[in-house]
Amino acid sequence: MENNKTAPKILVFSTEKISDPAIDLAGLLKKHYPATVYSIIVPCSSAVKPKWILHAFEQGFDGVFIAADGSDCPYSETCTENTGKIVTKTHEIMKQKGIEPSKLKMAAICSVCTDPFVKHMKTFAEALSA
Amino acid sequence: MKQKIGVYICQCGSNISDYVNVEEVAAQAEKIEGVALAKTTMFACADSTQKEIEEDIKSRQLDAIVVASCSPKLHLFTFRNVAIRAGLNPFNYVQVNVREQCSWAHSNNPKQATEKAIHLVIAGIERVKHSKALPAIKISADNAVLVVGAGVSGMRAAIELAKMGTEVVLIEKNHFVGGRVSQWNKLFITDETGQEVVARLYQEVKNHNKIKLFTGTELISKSGGVGNFDIQIQFTPRYVLTTCKPDWEKIQKAISLCPIEVDDDFNFGLTKRKAIYKNFPSELPHIPAIDIVNCNKCGECVKVCEEVDLEQQVEKLNFRVGAILLTTGADSYEPKKGEFAYQEIDNVITLQQFKRLIEISGKELLYHGKKIRNIAFIYCVGSRQQDGENKYCSRYCCTSVIHSAILVKEKYEGIFNFHFTRGVRTYGKQEILYNKAAKQGDIFLQSFEDSPTEVTSENGKTIVKINDILTANMEIEVEADLVVLVTGMVPRENTAISSLLKIPIGRDKFYNEVHPKLRPVETVIDGILIAGTCQSPKTIMESVNSALSAAAKANSLLRTGEIELEPTLAVIDKETCDWCDACAAVCPYDAIEKSEVNGKFVAQIAKANCKGCGMCLPVCPVNAIQLDGYTDVEMEGMISALVS
Repeated sequence: MENNKTAPKILVFSTEKISDPAIDLAGLLKKHYPATVYSIIVPCSSAVKPKWILHAFEQGFDGVFIAADGSDCPYSETCTENTGKIVTKTHEIMKQKGIEPSKLKMAAICSVCTDPFVKHMKTFAEALSA
Repeated sequence: MKQKIGVYICQCGSNISDYVNVEEVAAQAEKIEGVALAKTTMFACADSTQKEIEEDIKSRQLDAIVVASCSPKLHLFTFRNVAIRAGLNPFNYVQVNVREQCSWAHSNNPKQATEKAIHLVIAGIERVKHSKALPAIKISADNAVLVVGAGVSGMRAAIELAKMGTEVVLIEKNHFVGGRVSQWNKLFITDETGQEVVARLYQEVKNHNKIKLFTGTELISKSGGVGNFDIQIQFTPRYVLTTCKPDWEKIQKAISLCPIEVDDDFNFGLTKRKAIYKNFPSELPHIPAIDIVNCNKCGECVKVCEEVDLEQQVEKLNFRVGAILLTTGADSYEPKKGEFAYQEIDNVITLQQFKRLIEISGKELLYHGKKIRNIAFIYCVGSRQQDGENKYCSRYCCTSVIHSAILVKEKYEGIFNFHFTRGVRTYGKQEILYNKAAKQGDIFLQSFEDSPTEVTSENGKTIVKINDILTANMEIEVEADLVVLVTGMVPRENTAISSLLKIPIGRDKFYNEVHPKLRPVETVIDGILIAGTCQSPKTIMESVNSALSAAAKANSLLRTGEIELEPTLAVIDKETCDWCDACAAVCPYDAIEKSEVNGKFVAQIAKANCKGCGMCLPVCPVNAIQLDGYTDVEMEGMISALVS
């Protein structure tokens, strides 16, 4: 991604206790991913409002990634299901607005999932660039 | 909206400023409306900078602050306390992570790292502009701790916790307590044996009514969070009744009748043991155990020891604890076949085997029947590897091997010790040992990592060769009767508990603390602490010190019976809400109730139950719910700033 000014901008919704520590750990381990990836912390991935995601696309983000709590969610066992519903609902709205649904992705990122996170970011950026 | 915002960009020494142009970030931040000042600082967390921020808040009447530095997991509370001391609500402060998620993550591209830092800081400013002053929220917490691992670290931590009034559930996977230390003889500095230290700690554990000790026990499930972890532990049967009186003669007879022989892990495979076993007579608890994996249930032991019960079943118990402390220890490095001729030449053993060999040998030091005179110690085997995975120094092994070299000379006459080192690291008081070994005539040789010591077999003799840099690279050979590979520590494979608790693992593959100096026993998982050698290689003294630190941290967290939580509560806009039940249905805590306001039904938040997870936010069809600290205006303001 050296000097790639047109690299796609990706907004990541990370979770305070689970996926954000993994993103921190990726930095600590100097595992590089595109610098156009920006994270915003939320308490739980089931708390992401579709309107925030749509706002991100309207403002110019090329992709949105929900780094979900998965089965590690400290709040609810149904977190994965709930986050999945948010993604499904947002995909429908995106279709109506003419936004390609593949620009919104979700994957469970646990607190030590540094390699999966970095891999997701690289492959997502490549897919958005294609 | 906040109008007088102070922005502080930390250089973190050079951790941030090596990759991010912090002056440029400050200059861009200063241009944002509402920013009263933007400064760079060498260390934002330094006392002097904290005082400077306090002074700025007071003298410039700042109504909000942004600190762009490391992860909020490290210093969120440091700067919240700065705000509190200066009379500012702590929730009018936002920390922006420009280290872990910017300078370090993009150290390969400083230009883009700077651009990202600017966007992150502006997003932080947009967030703090709309921040509200929030009151503190507290929940009840159980003043009880689960300590996993009853080695010296775990037992010491349990004792200190109990002394401070905390209930302790202490579990040990093995049937005997003490861990590695019970395998060692005399210890430096006190000359106490490892077994004496373990026995002393065990008695203290048993005498304290606040400690429940379970051996042969593992953690198998965990739910809940800090303050209220619901845990389940499982006992592997000992197959000997715990009412069994420790009659060593009877136990010896049962052991002698057992037909099974397996490699004895306690002596690192130097000897064999039976399926019914105690590793040494005074091992604790006093009752023997049966290794059921290898036992053939022939019943010979039952004939002389009626307390043997081969029908015992696995049992489970549930507890609620406020915190979990891991003291699960480390393993010794196992050299690869052929590494310094290990497993290729018969008389090449590890340091751990050598320590046991001294302990179990009689009047003469023999190995495979041959009398030992010349001993060659090869340092840093499995540590400080240039090409291997273990880049770290194991810290304890230089001291341990020199101590063992002194002990072997004290116990046996005619021993000659040759140390093939890569530099001796007997730091602190341990230098006394180095001086003693040198004075007793031990020979210290040294090589660099690019010219390692070689072990070869020539005409039935074991030859150890080095290009000694202390004598101008002279090639020196020693004919050794025994070669001892000074192996360090490696992380223990605790896959089950690691995945159960999701403990972060560091570059060295040991459990990772939040910060080695500032939060040395905490993990990023609230309420889960680490101590001892599960965290990194340590001496016994260092392990115990970290255990004491963890005990103090756990007790200070739980002792008041309540924990302060983030006051992030869901807030209902009663004008917009038209009760539909969607939010109440998704809430895991029954925190949303139906209530009547001005003749219509609306949702109402039960503040005592709301955990601030935000699950209710996206399901509201009319967007009538906001979460404190994560309101639409804050979130969308940040999103806009990130692409501005």
